[in-house]
Amino acid sequence: MWRVRVDGACIGSGSCVGVAPGHFALGSDNRSRPLSDEIEPDEAILDAVASCPVEAITIEDADTGEPVEP
Amino acid sequence: MALQETAPTEEPIAFPFPPPSSLYEPSPEYAELRDRRPVTQVTLPDGKTAWLVTGHAEARQVMIDPRFSRKAASGPDTPKLGLAAADDSILGMDPPEHTRLRRLVASAFTARRVEELRPRVAKLVDELLDRVETLPRPVDLVENFSLPLPVQVICELLGVPATDRHVFHAWSDAVMNDWRADPAKSKEAIEELSRYFARLIAAKRAEPADDLMTALIAARDRDDKLSEHELVQLGLGLLIAGHETTANQINMFLLTLLRYPDELARLRTTPDDIPRAVEELMRFVQLGQGGGGLLRVTLEEVELGGVRLPAGAAVLPALLAANRDPRAFDQPDRLDLSRADNPHLGFGAGVHHCLGAQLARMELQEALRGLLRRLPGVRVTVPDSELRFKSGMTLRSLEALPVTW
Ligand code: HEM
Ligand code: SF4
Repeated sequence: MWRVRVDGACIGSGSCVGVAPGHFALGSDNRSRPLSDEIEPDEAILDAVASCPVEAITIEDADTGEPVEP
Repeated sequence: MALQETAPTEEPIAFPFPPPSSLYEPSPEYAELRDRRPVTQVTLPDGKTAWLVTGHAEARQVMIDPRFSRKAASGPDTPKLGLAAADDSILGMDPPEHTRLRRLVASAFTARRVEELRPRVAKLVDELLDRVETLPRPVDLVENFSLPLPVQVICELLGVPATDRHVFHAWSDAVMNDWRADPAKSKEAIEELSRYFARLIAAKRAEPADDLMTALIAARDRDDKLSEHELVQLGLGLLIAGHETTANQINMFLLTLLRYPDELARLRTTPDDIPRAVEELMRFVQLGQGGGGLLRVTLEEVELGGVRLPAGAAVLPALLAANRDPRAFDQPDRLDLSRADNPHLGFGAGVHHCLGAQLARMELQEALRGLLRRLPGVRVTVPDSELRFKSGMTLRSLEALPVTW
């Protein structure tokens, strides 16, 4: 399983929400957050990581805490 | 006011609206609609109808929600508003094709990569202003500063010889032209630019360099990530997407600041506020009359702001109206350069969120910093009524901006 995080650098571009629908949502604070804490590995999340203009999204292995991306 | 009686079933309103009387405020129709019906049917010049979206939350949804498609809006039957050239570009695609191309270039435009370019851009600003200072006044800021800056920056990034600027600039203007103004000319310009890029790509294949075009060529030749046609379209799209937009913003930022001397004076004493000021000016200044976002088409029935849109509906997000929505911004019609909470949509949102947003922000910050520092008494030598805009452009773009100091 993966654990996905969005850090404070997020500028609310909404790119991740569009690239990986169902995985992210923009809050009223104009920040993106992952919709669930742990998810099955999914290529769309890798696309979201690569598309984020401020590199705010990270993925780690939920068991080991090892970074998956970037 | 007539709008008050207009029930949703009545005649749609004609769009685009008549131009506003001031350069600094959107046409009043936008605010009237946003307050009453943030999702409204309008009639376009070709007689087709579209839904104009003037609320912030609603416009943002249109740009982020994948049920609103740019690809479907690029078909022959949808209304052609303005920038039809975008249809054959990354801006005319949906995921997954869009994601594939965007991933190839995204890493070159991240905040981190852009920060590495900042010293070079600051130096360019200084060099341009060194030259401006030697010219007889009034000096045309468009020709000598606001246009050459973004052109030089993107040329260096892509690896396009900036000395070719005179070659591609006329084509670039024609491509950015409103399609309706002269379709044959726009088409011809795209073909000329495509040929120019094909030659450039051949030259780079023979002699690779440390630049983005070389990296994209490698992505094609080594990894087969994109077709030759996509390579050419992507290159020329990147080359021209940021010229008029950034130049226009530099010009309009200066004009706007000069109209708010108190805010300008405060900014001079607190240059650390420049990034924040750039965000506020991005919110406040309108890119063009058309509203700012490109048309989308619904792939299925969608509820938007309490309105049920059928599948296949043309939807136009009016970014300039969204940026003045009181539900999203406190005192939206006030220019407040220290505004902290600023979720403006000046760079769009969602998968098509401006690729060059971080680059443009940095260029605008450095341009503003340079102008404030080097030309402290700068003023425009003609009244607004004498400012001339390029005709037929989808963006509002000044022919010239004569200044002295
Ligand atoms: C202040 C200057 C700029 C403004 C106001 C601006 C505005 C925008 C907006 C609003 C969009 C989204 C349009 C839509 O989805 O309907 C966009 C997309 C885009 N912009 Fe910018 N832009 C600016 C500068 C730049 C620069 C410097 C570049 C250089 C690379 C650039 C490249 C692009 C590209 C490639 C897209 C399409 C992205 C995609 O479809 O994935 N822009 N821009
Ligand atoms: S792509 Fe990055 S900046 Fe944009 S909303 Fe997602 S996390 Fe935030």
